[in-house]
Amino acid sequence: MQLTKRNTLSPAAMVLAPIGAVLFTLLVSALLVLWAGAPVGQTYGLVLKGGFGSVFALSETLTRAVPLMLTGLAAAVAFKARLFNIGAEGQLYVGALAAVAVGGLHGGTGFDVPPALLFVLMLLAAALAGALLLLGPALMKARLGVDEVVTTLLLNFIVLLLVSLMLDGPMKDPTAMGWPQSVALIGDLELGKLIAQTRLHTGLLGACVLAVLVWLLMKYTVLGFDIRAVGANPRAAAFAGVPVTRTVVLVAMLSGALAGLAGAIEVAGRTSYLTLDMSPGYGYSGIVIAMLAGLHPLGVVAASGFVAGILVGADSMSRAVGVPTYIADVIVAASLISVLVATLLTQYKVKFK
Amino acid sequence: MSDPVLVLSGITKRFGALVANDNISLHLGAGEVLALLGENGAGKSTLVSILFGHYVADAGSITAFGQPLPAGDPKAALAAGIGMVHQHFTLADNLSVLDNVVMGSEPLWQPFTRSKLARQKLAEVAQRFGLAVDADALVGSLSVGARQRVEILKALYRGARVLILDEPTAVLTPQESEALFDVLSQMVAQGLSIIFISHKLGEVLRVSHRVAVLRGGKLVAEAAVQGTTQGQLAQWMVGHAIDSPVRLPSPGVGEVVCSLDGVCTGAGREKLHDVTLQLRRGELLAIAGVSGNGQVALAELLCGTRQASSGHVTLQGHPLPARPAELVKLGVARIPEDRHAVGVVGDLPQWENAVSERLRSAAFSAWGWVRRSAAMAYARRVIAAFDVRGGGATSAARVLSGGNMQKLILGRALLHPDAADSQVQSHPPTLIVAHQPTWGLDIGAVRYVQSQLLAARDAGAAVLLISDDLDEVLTLGDRVAVMHAGQLSAARAAEDWTREAIGLAMAGAAH
Repeated sequence: MQLTKRNTLSPAAMVLAPIGAVLFTLLVSALLVLWAGAPVGQTYGLVLKGGFGSVFALSETLTRAVPLMLTGLAAAVAFKARLFNIGAEGQLYVGALAAVAVGGLHGGTGFDVPPALLFVLMLLAAALAGALLLLGPALMKARLGVDEVVTTLLLNFIVLLLVSLMLDGPMKDPTAMGWPQSVALIGDLELGKLIAQTRLHTGLLGACVLAVLVWLLMKYTVLGFDIRAVGANPRAAAFAGVPVTRTVVLVAMLSGALAGLAGAIEVAGRTSYLTLDMSPGYGYSGIVIAMLAGLHPLGVVAASGFVAGILVGADSMSRAVGVPTYIADVIVAASLISVLVATLLTQYKVKFK
Repeated sequence: MSDPVLVLSGITKRFGALVANDNISLHLGAGEVLALLGENGAGKSTLVSILFGHYVADAGSITAFGQPLPAGDPKAALAAGIGMVHQHFTLADNLSVLDNVVMGSEPLWQPFTRSKLARQKLAEVAQRFGLAVDADALVGSLSVGARQRVEILKALYRGARVLILDEPTAVLTPQESEALFDVLSQMVAQGLSIIFISHKLGEVLRVSHRVAVLRGGKLVAEAAVQGTTQGQLAQWMVGHAIDSPVRLPSPGVGEVVCSLDGVCTGAGREKLHDVTLQLRRGELLAIAGVSGNGQVALAELLCGTRQASSGHVTLQGHPLPARPAELVKLGVARIPEDRHAVGVVGDLPQWENAVSERLRSAAFSAWGWVRRSAAMAYARRVIAAFDVRGGGATSAARVLSGGNMQKLILGRALLHPDAADSQVQSHPPTLIVAHQPTWGLDIGAVRYVQSQLLAARDAGAAVLLISDDLDEVLTLGDRVAVMHAGQLSAARAAEDWTREAIGLAMAGAAH
């Protein structure tokens, strides 16, 4: 089998491919729903209703979408430069850890600064923590050719153990009756609610603004060109004068910072303290979202809403018809595969011989 | 003439709308050398791939030694006695000559190789055709010419009676080419038949009996070599008469623009050892040499992507900065050897590729933001002034043909953004570094690139041309130097060199 890149994309294929991908996803998932002994139509209806069907459902979906959007952006910028950052999960946790360290320890008052400034410091600390965590793997890749997939992936486990250490040690909340959870942020640092009586917080706006900023950066700046050029052809980029190592380091800092912010905003917007189960794999889901979005920053906004909706909807569907919530993972995974295949088919000609 | 050993009748092959081979009928006699001549994209490779079973023809048939040849089956082609010597060798460097020759011709499930028999057979074949090689030498340690002999031996060992040679002299020195031609005549004398693919006209006339010319997928001419001239062949190849380029003396050679003094860098095949060189305003210095003798290191050094480990490189009296963006700012126009892998970022649009070298200058960015309209306007001027055809400024550079991609690279290198009239002459580069600028281009594009280099020279640029095409070097160079094993001979006026002297220097015999 041979793949050759198409020089022109047919408009019909561009429309039909995503539709085909959706239909394929629904079909695959339907087989599993049938296997679980539930009516397909009703199950899909409940997933949709549970994810998007009411103000409450929508607020839950959007709340879930915030960290996914940020880790999705983190993956999208890094992957565009062919820096395969699989460590967003770890970066998210060190971001959360840094946020609690700045905004929670000593009641946040150890710094004796006004809350507004403390809030900014908290976000900066989280971004910096995430960025620094990815700096090592990026430098090792650029200088020594060490595979960043391995280093970033393995750092996730180290970070989780570090978090565990901190939650049982220096950052442990003494009032939590022995639960391994951190001290809480001071109240002034918590994000406001977007809709009263829901969990939806202003972090959503922040994440959307960041998505637009990343899009502007990629499309209109010299750094954006550098990132795309290094990702597409590093030798040609170096020949044209792109500082390749510096670009890889900068994109790593940016990616790590976005994932670190995901941790800080999760703490400030939703939990107010850090636990070891704060993220159900947001870092890994970010990769799926970035791929679903074709690495486009604005596509990440839509893709994170979609994935969050399926996850939230499947929870409530599961309670009603008894199909396990894992169906959500199947739907997301099947949609990723079918979108990737559809993209492949629109961009490449396949020849069998 | 006896019965033909190979008959191709009515071969047609389409790729989508493109007809790569259009109803081609050819025959090859025993003991005959048939040259297959044509520009890139004329359909030579397609035809040979069909013959060798890599492609299946849409129409037509092939007969080898009177038997029909099954389509799309390389093993059947081998069994029928058709052997192929590729331009890029298919040898394993870490194995011995014997192992390379035997590899693939013995059954997989066999506890030991029958090396004694194989050695004997190899020696016989080598003796018969005058292809002396050391059977136990590692292929990696052999010269390029010797590797090619191994490649030929490999085909003969498998009983090839028809040998297809794809651009066999592209990697050889003139002397090595002569040795190859001797081997070919011995093979022909013993009744083997040869298909010789080339675009070098002199060679074709020298070694072949008959020539078949392809153009745009069609067989446009078939003639005995006797009585055919180079001019006639060239006209068949491109479809119209072409002027050989004429180098007029430079209107004025000026001061030294760039100089290398005792420069060393790199290691292995890509190294420079004690290279001294002076490039002057208004002069084209051509460097001849077989690829892989340090040309890449020299080009990279002057393109800002490599640093000298010792010695001095100066540009207009100052040390040459090892940063591409600064070099471009100082007026260095760079044309890299590999236009696909180094020259452009194929997935990015043409306009971004047009400004990529100058993106960091005030003309095209401010405060880190790209000045999109200025960049787009410049790209459009390059595309118009250098006649880059294919898709336009916003389509990917990848879709450009080789010639148009080279025009884009040439255009962005030569056309200064301040040259408002889109004339290179009004704002010529200080120094042009052109590494194999015409490699793989069709004759029209070759002439265009060459004339642009000469025009820039006349406008006052110092030009360094690195090429392994001896004709190009002798045609364009005001002065010529030869590179071998990382060392550079003294540069002499082109008139003071003979082909033989260059050939000897290319082989490292004398400086």
